[in-house]
Amino acid sequence: MTVLLEVTNLRTEFSARAGLVRAVDGVSLQISRGECLGVVGESGSGKSVTFSSIMGLVRPPGRVTQGTIFFDGRDLRGMSPEEMRGVRGRDIAMTMQDALTALNPALTIGEQLAEVLVAHDETLPTGRAARRVAIKDRCVEMLGLVGIPSPDSRLRQYPHEFSGGMRQRIMIAIALACRPKLLIADEPTTALDVTIQAQVLELISDIRARMGMAVALITHDLGVVAEHCDRVMVMYAGQVVEEGPTEDVIGHPRHPYTRGLLASIPRPAMRGQPLTPIKGQVPNLMGLAPQCRFHSRCPLAEPSCLVEVPMLSAGPGRRARCLRLEETV
Amino acid sequence: MSLSRLLERLLQLIPVLLGVSAIAFLMMALTPGDPVQIMIGDQSITPEQEAELRRGLGLDRPLLERFFIFLGNALQFDFGTSFYHRRPVSDVIAERLPATIELSLVALIVALVTAIPLGVLAAIRKNSILDRLATVGSLLGVSLPGFWFGILLIMLFAVHLQILPVSGRIGYSSEVSTITGFLLFDTLLHGDLPAFGDALRHILLPAITLGLPMTAILMRVTRTSMLEVLRQDYVTFADAKGLPRRRVLFRHALKNALIPTVSVAAIETGSLLGGNMIVEAVFGWPGLGRLVVESIFLRNYPLVQAAVLLYAVTYVLLNFIADILYTVLNPRVKL
Ligand SMILES: Nc1ncnc2c1ncn2[C@@H]1O[C@H](COP(=O)(O)OP(=O)(O)O)[C@@H](O)[C@H]1O
Ligand code: SF4
Ligand SMILES: [Mg+2]
Repeated sequence: MTVLLEVTNLRTEFSARAGLVRAVDGVSLQISRGECLGVVGESGSGKSVTFSSIMGLVRPPGRVTQGTIFFDGRDLRGMSPEEMRGVRGRDIAMTMQDALTALNPALTIGEQLAEVLVAHDETLPTGRAARRVAIKDRCVEMLGLVGIPSPDSRLRQYPHEFSGGMRQRIMIAIALACRPKLLIADEPTTALDVTIQAQVLELISDIRARMGMAVALITHDLGVVAEHCDRVMVMYAGQVVEEGPTEDVIGHPRHPYTRGLLASIPRPAMRGQPLTPIKGQVPNLMGLAPQCRFHSRCPLAEPSCLVEVPMLSAGPGRRARCLRLEETV
Repeated sequence: MSLSRLLERLLQLIPVLLGVSAIAFLMMALTPGDPVQIMIGDQSITPEQEAELRRGLGLDRPLLERFFIFLGNALQFDFGTSFYHRRPVSDVIAERLPATIELSLVALIVALVTAIPLGVLAAIRKNSILDRLATVGSLLGVSLPGFWFGILLIMLFAVHLQILPVSGRIGYSSEVSTITGFLLFDTLLHGDLPAFGDALRHILLPAITLGLPMTAILMRVTRTSMLEVLRQDYVTFADAKGLPRRRVLFRHALKNALIPTVSVAAIETGSLLGGNMIVEAVFGWPGLGRLVVESIFLRNYPLVQAAVLLYAVTYVLLNFIADILYTVLNPRVKL
């Protein structure tokens, strides 16, 4: 499998009155073509900011200050804002956590679907009438693909006329309209109830298999990761603390943080369980000292951990950010 | 929105309009000063003649009965006779109304076409020099007295630069025969372009003066709501879709940001009515505002009463329109 997305040493900072918040600090990650990468971590650990940074969607006062982002051989950080608009929606698409707020309340879903095609699809016919028909057909097709019944008549409706699960599907349809190479699904199920969650995830997996698309699945739910992802990456306080093949990481976590996450979940009924927070507080991301960030909450912590900890090899295809990995073999 | 809901909303206006009419009626009925005495002035008449006059005006009947008579007449646009003009009040008002409507409409257009782009720009370039200038400008706009700003404009453009006329609706040489009473319209109907230009030059300064406070308010509203909208997830999502910036700003953001602007514009149009009185006086504009001011000084009660009712009804209707616009523009809200 060839590498599709390669991010190295990414850093994103928000300047606030009180100082600089380093929301993403030195994140490196890789996604291969067609692969599904699970991204887990407590709320506020920098998952969304990481992927917003990759898409070039961080707005002031936030700023990507360091790192390289290569997608399909192209340097995204070196691109102009206009060039990035050509990548977003076409090559990399994203769904947001809450479809109700992500869909524009004042525009019909037909328009919100069609506009992506208009912006990116060069295969559309140029003649006006033919173009309209082609766009309409594609919209109907996409809504059908994500399982919206009688899509033809629903194109003229507004987001509020759909249920939560349907809106999530519509957002996925919009994201998939141009057959992107990478879909970033930011907590696609958090806002949904359990049965709908399963349907939406099945849908993403199904389409992924059919389109050969890579997926970055951001979630709170390790059960979801176990079921859908090839590899998983665990984030803590703006850093990646552990990554590796899903089975290995979940079956045998090496980083004390990952172990804590998994210990809090009853194993057989893992699915659908949100991550229960580990004792203690996530450190303030402002003015962090160069030391292991999990130190204050880590059961294995030692004074020797008060140094900057790099990602270390933790077995085949695995890495973890911990100095005492020998304790967790 | 369905027709039946619209009708329902219209029916809801009835009690409001009744209340408004009652106020207009009582205002005059309870105002100190006896209309009969005013009509008599210093002529000497016998008590019998005075009683006859009172009966003729219906003033001898109970208040409630008089109110219903007033209402019945008002529904037929019968507001009695203007003491001063010795003609039906409705005729006198109808004559002056087009000038005022025309001025208000142009003021509204001036306000909309300046306020919306400025508000949007100020929001997009938040904290830029332009944003700060616009903020200061809008503060001045709401706080400057209209007559003062009007006189300033006259001094600058009419007296000093001499590029715009001082007062009136149109120059003597360009006068055209009345068709609709709206001069900008009539001159065009006559195919008289120079006269149209002349009318346009006349209406410019009063319209700017009248529209200034509204421009200031609408700019603030547009800026605030645009800033609010630009923070929304759906704008981020529109960006994530790789849409052109134009489309993100004007289709996704502005369409939502304009919802409050349009509603406020409809409501504020009602306040143009009050502004008209001052601006028409400053610019010698022969409209309803000036007529009302004159009538107040002349104690021309029937006319003032009719005008108050007209203003109130217009205000209520504009609020109704604001509501309707809000729902039409905002698919989430069902009436
Ligand atoms: N707009 C912003 N302004 C300031 N800080 C922000 C902003 N967005 C995110 N952050 C910071 O980035 C951190 C990580 O946020 P986020 O990536 O959304 O977390 P996650 O998606 O993992 O829940 C937050 O805790 C916050 O401190
Ligand atoms: S480096 Fe030390 S403190 Fe940090 S996770 Fe490993 S054991 Fe715990
Ligand atoms: Mg998030």
